[in-house]
Amino acid sequence: MKKLKAIIYNCRRATELIGKKQLTALTLRERLELGIHLIGCSFCRLFQRQSILINRWVRGLLHATPPAGTKLDDYFKEELQKRIDEKMRGEK
Amino acid sequence: MQREKNTTGAAPDGPSDQSDPSENRLPDPHQWVAKYADMLYAYALPRINDDELARDLVQETFLAALERKDKFEGRSSESTWLTAILKNKIIDVYRKNSSGLRGVPPGLRKNSSGSWSGTEVADAEREQQEFFDPKDGHWTVAHQPRALGIEAQDPLMHKELSGMLKKCLDKLPALWLSVFTMKHMDDQPSEVICRELKVTPSNFWVIIHRAKLNLRACIQKSWF
Repeated sequence: MKKLKAIIYNCRRATELIGKKQLTALTLRERLELGIHLIGCSFCRLFQRQSILINRWVRGLLHATPPAGTKLDDYFKEELQKRIDEKMRGEK
Repeated sequence: MQREKNTTGAAPDGPSDQSDPSENRLPDPHQWVAKYADMLYAYALPRINDDELARDLVQETFLAALERKDKFEGRSSESTWLTAILKNKIIDVYRKNSSGLRGVPPGLRKNSSGSWSGTEVADAEREQQEFFDPKDGHWTVAHQPRALGIEAQDPLMHKELSGMLKKCLDKLPALWLSVFTMKHMDDQPSEVICRELKVTPSNFWVIIHRAKLNLRACIQKSWF
């Protein structure tokens, strides 16, 4: 019970649980601890919202199709195809 | 400069994934660059965030594919096959970055591949010790989360925000960034990431959590 009391006021621990919750399942006890903490802590509630949001942002950023300009230049491509063709001739 | 004859006459412009399960097609390396180079480059660039390195990887992918083209079984499309090879190469880069750079003095970070110049793990951990009061674990006043007021924004619609996000990601220690990127990039199962980057499962979520803590703090700091 003493331990439970400590977590109720401990934001460091609460953010750990928020992180864990987004990856795996929390144990029953952890769920309880976190739930109680969040009722009384608006900072950690905000942290949780932002944490979910950041996941979405990062995903969006990584999956964004690069802007139309991000193509390889023709010179690079020609040289590359030449290397491939040469290598194939070498194999025969 | 003429390329060798274009046997199929197929339009070489499609980065589309042409799965053609009907027959055992043979790979046609003479068409590779025209058909797939841009697609592979576009795949590598956001994952690597380094133009030079992304080009190198595209080249290495083709050369590696050439060496094992006999093993191409036509069960997947050529583009899927090439992407899989590239993906492995990207993971190699993550692995190299995350193992090689630990313990290297910050001044020497921009080395060989020149890609990540993020923080040392130890520094990043020290940084987040300031987030919480050492005695009771409360947020310290300076680091309490603050509403950004942009929670509803799509960062892609918001140039400033996506630039800031990139900068903050780059500041993460290489190992953290690798784990974080692999997690969010392709939804790789945690076991795969742990295996590839040699982290234990319990370390895995701790790393993700710490990366998140620093990332969020960095965003807040640059936003206000």
